[in-house]
Amino acid sequence: MVPPRPRDLTVGLVALGVVAAIGAALAGLVSGPVTIPAGDVVAALIDRLPFVSVEHGLSTTSTTILFDIRAPRVILGLAVGALLAGSGASYQGVFRNPLADPYLLGVAAGAGLGATLAIVTGTARLGAGFVLPAAAFAGAILAVLATAGLSLRRGRPGGPAALILAGVAVAALLAAVQTYLLQRHADSLRVVYGWLLGRLSTVGWAEVRIVLPILVVSAAVLILAAGAIDVLAVGDEEATTLGIRPGLTRALVLAVASLATATAVSVSGLIGFVGLIVPHGVRLIAGTRNRRVIPLSMLLGAAFLTLTDLVARTVQAPAELPIGVITAFVGAPAFLLILRSQQARA
Amino acid sequence: MSGVSPIALAARDITVTLGGARVLEGIDLTVVEGEWLALLGPNGAGKTTLVRALSGTVRHAGSVTFGDGSVTGDGAQGLRGPRGRARRIAVVPQTPVIPPGITAFEYVLLGRSAHQGLRLSASLDDRRRSLAVLQRLDLEPFVDRDLATLSGGERQRVVLARALVADAPVLVLDEPTAALDLGHQFEILELLADLQQERGLTVVTTLHDLGVAGQFGDRLAVLHGGRLVAHGTPAEVLTPDAIGRWWGVDATCTVDAGGRVDVTVRRRRTDASPAGAPVTTPADDATPASGR
Repeated sequence: MVPPRPRDLTVGLVALGVVAAIGAALAGLVSGPVTIPAGDVVAALIDRLPFVSVEHGLSTTSTTILFDIRAPRVILGLAVGALLAGSGASYQGVFRNPLADPYLLGVAAGAGLGATLAIVTGTARLGAGFVLPAAAFAGAILAVLATAGLSLRRGRPGGPAALILAGVAVAALLAAVQTYLLQRHADSLRVVYGWLLGRLSTVGWAEVRIVLPILVVSAAVLILAAGAIDVLAVGDEEATTLGIRPGLTRALVLAVASLATATAVSVSGLIGFVGLIVPHGVRLIAGTRNRRVIPLSMLLGAAFLTLTDLVARTVQAPAELPIGVITAFVGAPAFLLILRSQQARA
Repeated sequence: MSGVSPIALAARDITVTLGGARVLEGIDLTVVEGEWLALLGPNGAGKTTLVRALSGTVRHAGSVTFGDGSVTGDGAQGLRGPRGRARRIAVVPQTPVIPPGITAFEYVLLGRSAHQGLRLSASLDDRRRSLAVLQRLDLEPFVDRDLATLSGGERQRVVLARALVADAPVLVLDEPTAALDLGHQFEILELLADLQQERGLTVVTTLHDLGVAGQFGDRLAVLHGGRLVAHGTPAEVLTPDAIGRWWGVDATCTVDAGGRVDVTVRRRRTDASPAGAPVTTPADDATPASGR
């Protein structure tokens, strides 16, 4: 008798992801222009827990740097990394295409145009800095809705190919409008360009409060839908005979993953490659089942983006590199390696 | 029809229109519990479409009633959506999609989908059932192998295992042996006959090979041009007259004591060889047209 195969999500795999995320978060809290010893960071964190008081010996300045500057940034990095990687894994699953990324249906182009509009009209400086993320978010959601609407055939979902083609068309159109606006407002070029490359510099805890609820909801939906996404791998017709509604599953997953991506993009700009390379790296470790790939991608995506941000703000300190440059710099070669290894296996 | 055996599946007035063309027209077909029904008919007769209508993957008029009294179909009360149907009818498709990198175990586990709610991992019960079916089909050595690396016969057994693990009372197979050599064809069909006995399964298969249908089917149904033109025991359906009419082939049919039918086909046109090489012996059906 063969022993039953292990659960999809083993304790070991979850522990691996959690340890990676916590390790990256600690590294992010410790490092910077002022190094705060790891022991003091842990002590100060425990001291913040209710009903616990621990001596940590940090100065008021260090405590302020830790809790008001680094902690929100680290948590935002964890959340954005988890959202982008989890959405990427989900997109790849429902489209049955390893090259699908969370910007496929127009999120990036929509957010880019929204942000550009806010910047060139000068409204980005209004509303305590919240107009820019709001405009980016609105642009991203409108673009995905336009893509979904264009892919309908006689009022019914037109399938993955129709969605991808509609996404390409919408992205091209919005990019053209954005390019035209930038041509007319060359003075805003630097600001828009900086936004497009992505950054995690925050105005404090406000962004975290917006992103965390979206993270919790989308993580729950995507992780619980992973089993149904696995069934979609045999195609819509067979999935139906196995008891799954392919159209409904795809619509739900894409809606939640797009909302997650739009939220991430609105607070961090267009950070590329995270949604692509993290899920692929996870598949190399844990296989192709989405019940493993989606939760692990979220954990390792959180770790990856936090570490990338650490690199972005330290290598040329006090100057900051755009984080999108780092993820692409690491991501592009890693992506090529994965592609080559897959071709070698096929 | 016996009238006493409980009904496993009753299709009523199934009509399918695809791209403006009537592909199936008013099919009424009843399958009794524990029976093996073979769907026959030339290419384009509508066999696969009927399988798709029964398994709920093509829109159709009419209804399908299952053994537990549940009804599907347009305007009918009862089963809605694929989950309920998947628990009553398991399908082995003609050309299954094999996801890249999937192991035999992972593939078979997909067959439990209709029994799983929203969960983080497949339950212990689902995993045990999947392994048990793999063992029953002698697939134990391949449990953790990539499905793409198995031979055609082994892969077909894994696909059958995925259908079996669904624990549906009706098993529908679309040309289950189309891609297999003669030996593996009979291996799969004998296995199916054993499983039918063991589990009291009701089996519906489309089959191209009339000889195979005469050996394995309890009842045969012939589709032609989207209509049901014959339905009955092998001896009733497989007659030289019927084979000549629906397939345009000359055949002799021998009924054995168990009611099974041997079908032997022979060439109708004795001058079918290439011009300039006349064939003179009418009974010479085994001679190859060319020299070797």
